[in-house]
Amino acid sequence: MAVDRLQELANHYDVIVIGSGLAGMTAANYLGKNGRKVLLLEQHYNFGGMATWFNRKGGHIFDISLHGFPVGMIKSCRKYWSKEIADSIVQLKSIRFDNPQFTLETTFDRADFTNILIEKFGIKGETVEAFFDTARGMDFYDDQTMTTRELFEKFFPGRTDVWRLLMEPIAYANGSTLDDPAITYGIVFSNFMSKGVFIFRGGTDLLIRLMKKELARNGVDLRRQSLVEKVIVENRKAVGVSVNGKEIRGNAVLSNANLKKTVIDFVDKEHLSANFLAQARDVRLNNSSAQVYMGLKKGEAIPFIGDLLFTSVREDFNSEALLSKNITSRTFSMYYPSIRPGSDRYAIVSSTNANYDDWANLSDEEYKRNKQHLIDDTIHALEKYLPGIRGKIDHVEASTPRTFEFYTHQVMGATFGTKFEGLQVSMDLPKQVPGLFHAGSVGIIMSGWLGAINYGVIVANEVDSYLHSESKETISR
Amino acid sequence: MADEKVKGIVLDIIATVAPDADISDVDPAKRLRDQLDLDSMDFLDIVMELRKRYKVEVPKEDYPRLESLDSCAEYLGPKLEAHLTS
Repeated sequence: MAVDRLQELANHYDVIVIGSGLAGMTAANYLGKNGRKVLLLEQHYNFGGMATWFNRKGGHIFDISLHGFPVGMIKSCRKYWSKEIADSIVQLKSIRFDNPQFTLETTFDRADFTNILIEKFGIKGETVEAFFDTARGMDFYDDQTMTTRELFEKFFPGRTDVWRLLMEPIAYANGSTLDDPAITYGIVFSNFMSKGVFIFRGGTDLLIRLMKKELARNGVDLRRQSLVEKVIVENRKAVGVSVNGKEIRGNAVLSNANLKKTVIDFVDKEHLSANFLAQARDVRLNNSSAQVYMGLKKGEAIPFIGDLLFTSVREDFNSEALLSKNITSRTFSMYYPSIRPGSDRYAIVSSTNANYDDWANLSDEEYKRNKQHLIDDTIHALEKYLPGIRGKIDHVEASTPRTFEFYTHQVMGATFGTKFEGLQVSMDLPKQVPGLFHAGSVGIIMSGWLGAINYGVIVANEVDSYLHSESKETISR
Repeated sequence: MADEKVKGIVLDIIATVAPDADISDVDPAKRLRDQLDLDSMDFLDIVMELRKRYKVEVPKEDYPRLESLDSCAEYLGPKLEAHLTS
């Protein structure tokens, strides 16, 4: 018989958090630290959501999404987690590009990019400065009709080589395309450009272990393999959840599950206005990903060839090509032993953005064949940068949008959450069902590790405010 | 509540949420974010601390009223007074 993961629960919680992605965990920690009684429910056996890793025989560890995030993570981790976590964040200094239009290495910050755009691409200094200032000045309340394509066209007309330099890394980081609102590009790009790209030294496994320790210290009740089926609504307010067939009560519920799943599956229709439900249904999910994980044999080594390699064999740049199953562009994340101090092992993870539909409807046999094809092509592409790598790899496997859907329960394996309109729906949910909140990867700007952590805090503050007003109401009654 | 007392409370909270900020020489008439390198997340933390320590609620639409020490004193003074006398 299955183990009951929900033994010895309290009768009642201040907040029940559904899902332990970085937004859910950070919100839970923030509320716990502020004296709230919090229950965190995760359907998987690991905490972390997309901030995850897996082990394989032969001592291999593969990180899924560790490479990389903006410098803002240091401050956010210090404030909302611990000094120990913040102090382990280090910069990746070598970001490389190799494609038919250009080959270069950069630290991926404003000073270096300015230099490259002027020296290598022949762009005028004042144009570069104006572009950076425009991107930096963008915020959520700006005009949302301009697309990234239009932004690029305005500053670098016809220069698809420049577009490629500016867009490829951001597409890798959050799945956005040239046709998404320019403000999403401006905000995320500027975050990276402030100081470059950073990672957590010690690996995702250590990060999540430290976060769990901190959550426990702040009194958060953590339960894994606990699948939420419904949010319970009574007298128009969220009052708990049903999980693994059990009802648990709380004064507020914060869902870090996929936005569409939260609105459409967790809440019974009668509690939502027809208009809001339609809005939620219309939210477009972002694309998904495909990855190939390659682990080197113990004792084998490779030279340093950079931390992140944006490679492509495509002549020109466009967003559709980045998603195509006929892969021409790959990002290699290089995991040298220095990432896990004390280890002598190397791993390489190749990432490409992918369309769910390309993978969802394949027969088992076609699916297997396509995965093998993805693996073979990837190793072949890597041979250019690391001749003889094929002979050094002793574990290789691939993940597809189907894999991500299976493990994270993200609708359509949407590794990057929703398109821009998802943010409004996420923010408006408590107006529909008081006491029910959503935080997670939405609206592109809240995607990625930093976006998720900060959005978790923003929503936790709303939850705390709600609990405060509810308790006042109870007292005055 | 006396303005100086409110300003002291706000500076005390800033020292907690932004330990790197140098609060020794803040001009009360100028915007805090221009002097102390505070971002919107820091302001959120200030709001959270006001609620935690003094049960004072600052609704989202009033966030701009926290922009300087002077405006904080004007806006938070009556709210803190109400809390301490209740």
